Amino acid sequence: MSLLDYFKISKANSASLAKERLQILVAHERSSRNQPSYLPQLQKELLEVVRKYINVGQDAISINFEQDDDQETLELNIVLPDAQVKNT
Amino acid sequence: MARIIVVTSGKGGVGKTTTSAAIAMGLAKKGHRTAVIDFDVGLRNLDLIMGCERRVVYDFINVINGEATLNQALIRDKNCNLLYILPASQTRDKDALTQEGVGKILEDLSKDFKYIVCDSPAGIERGAHLAMYFADDALVVTNPEVSSVRDSDRMLGILSSKSRRAERNQEPIKEYLLLSRYSPERVKLGEMLSVDDVQEILSLHLLGVIPESKSVLNASNAGVPVILDEKSDAGQAYQDIVARYLGEDRPHRFIDDKKGFFGKLFSRSH
Repeated sequence: MSLLDYFKISKANSASLAKERLQILVAHERSSRNQPSYLPQLQKELLEVVRKYINVGQDAISINFEQDDDQETLELNIVLPDAQVKNT
Repeated sequence: MARIIVVTSGKGGVGKTTTSAAIAMGLAKKGHRTAVIDFDVGLRNLDLIMGCERRVVYDFINVINGEATLNQALIRDKNCNLLYILPASQTRDKDALTQEGVGKILEDLSKDFKYIVCDSPAGIERGAHLAMYFADDALVVTNPEVSSVRDSDRMLGILSSKSRRAERNQEPIKEYLLLSRYSPERVKLGEMLSVDDVQEILSLHLLGVIPESKSVLNASNAGVPVILDEKSDAGQAYQDIVARYLGEDRPHRFIDDKKGFFGKLFSRSH
């Protein structure tokens, strides 16, 4: 650190940026770490079944697995397209 | 029974071998019979850091394959007669490292030694898996840098689910954080994650901070574990770490920027 640096007002704080990015990433990776291994396959097959009847896109299904001390929750979300459902 | 310590990190180049050499030497210097094992088959380097590279005759895999006895393969350290090194194989196939073979060697060593330090290779492949599988304690070496912190978190997940203790539903591996290559000046400038930041993200018990130090390269150049350089900051940091690991209560050092106003005026920027 030079004399000039000492009087310079601190520039963009890259450490806090690093911390923020890590916190988000680590939280995400931890939640997927505890997921059962069958989850991706389940998601794929569910999507196939749903698409037999409804015209939905690849991203229409999301599966969320949560684990508390005494219970496990499997949350399934299917986003249906707006109007055309009734026509098919 | 020996206590089995794995030195791990996931990411390469963060200081696992430096740490393994220093910790093993520190434990031995405190009067405990200690063995340190290099698990990096194909890329052994612990021998070089310990300065015994020219005395390697047999290696880990020779012992697993029954081509040499454990006593033939163990190298007694030239600086401390309570410390022994088991080098990794340099040339052979990684598949020779088997869970049964490693388990047998650790069991045999346990009869003779108080501490067994396992120097894990980088990554999460077989060598790294076997280095941590039998562990009682894990020293997670982390640099204050995004990819290292992320990989450490990944290793923590593996330690808690893929170890022998996890499989047997025993008390989990005790995990400790060793933050290395730390630069308090850069932390103060907001250019580097602080100890608190890393601890908040990993929620690990901090065993010690090793400052970024020229003495580490000097020590590896000479093949002498840096902990023996008692005047150096890194050497002292490792001595603290060994003492804390053995239950001593020592305040943390090397976390704050100790330089005063004039020190800052005259130090060169990095």
